[in-house]
Amino acid sequence: MNWLMLTLVGEDQPGIVAQVTDALYRGGCTLGESSMIRLGGNFSIMMMVDGGHAEQTLTNLIAPVADRLQLKFHIDPIHGGLHRHRVPNFQVRVNGADRAGIVAKVTGALAECGFNILELASDVVGDSEKPVYIMTIQGYAEAEIETLESALQPLAVEDIDVHISSVETLIG
Amino acid sequence: MAILEILKLPDPRLKQLADEVVRFDDELHGFIADLEETRQAGPAAVGIAAPQVGRSQRIVILDCSTTRKPVPNHGYLILVNPEITEWDGFELGREGCLSVPDYTGNVIRAERIKVRSQDPQGEDHEFEMEGFEARALQHEVDHLDGILFIDRLVSRRTDLFQRKVYQKGGKK
Repeated sequence: MNWLMLTLVGEDQPGIVAQVTDALYRGGCTLGESSMIRLGGNFSIMMMVDGGHAEQTLTNLIAPVADRLQLKFHIDPIHGGLHRHRVPNFQVRVNGADRAGIVAKVTGALAECGFNILELASDVVGDSEKPVYIMTIQGYAEAEIETLESALQPLAVEDIDVHISSVETLIG
Repeated sequence: MAILEILKLPDPRLKQLADEVVRFDDELHGFIADLEETRQAGPAAVGIAAPQVGRSQRIVILDCSTTRKPVPNHGYLILVNPEITEWDGFELGREGCLSVPDYTGNVIRAERIKVRSQDPQGEDHEFEMEGFEARALQHEVDHLDGILFIDRLVSRRTDLFQRKVYQKGGKK
């Protein structure tokens, strides 16, 4: 299969997913893995699309619906494929007062330990007076939890909590 | 002894309610030996339920004694007609399944349970389980009721609303 990565972003409204995927379905495309979420009132889609289409053909399929819904989109050929899941063995949770550089520091410390981020979700909650930052990371590392803990500990300052736990995935 | 075929999604037999075991005979013991051999043959599963090999009966094998990080457990258990009689607390954890290859996801389960069951001779037993072992048992009992973990998936973002108390300074 020749997968293309389709990215769409635009102001959120009901029906975006339905209209985009309907256009793809009618165009004979197959969908692979995807991630879709509302971020700051915008809806974002990242989706693996196949159908043996050239980039231009997919562009022609998506352009009318993107126009109609006021979405920006982007298409890239990718080398990846399905069935390449990696199971996380660690979870990191960060929360506290919002401050510049927290993501860079936490992920930098993890990267030094060879930690591979598989999923990251972050949010700013609370109110504009006292914003609170919350982030969860799931990833894979060969390192021991003690090594990761000591790498993260210097980041845990007065009003930020950083916590790492191992994830034992149950197979049953 | 034989390695049995594991049924995989979307096999409709995985969605059936399994029958109670009433005959505790040599045939049952032979089947249990095969079920264990099948569990051992696959990818490191801590449990297996009879419906996963196409036998619609309430039989479960559980062994949480070999996890990467040791967890409280009762060792190797054969549970016939298991019944969860009490539930307490809830916890999010990652699960996969022999019958749903190449996928893992987050599921909420009770943290502590009481279980009443019979052994292969028909004798009654009661167990109190917690954490990972309690999760594994709930996963397997679900198989007896025609439920897969993918029927209980929760959003990745649900994880942001954790019940655990974060400690200041990040480290316990």
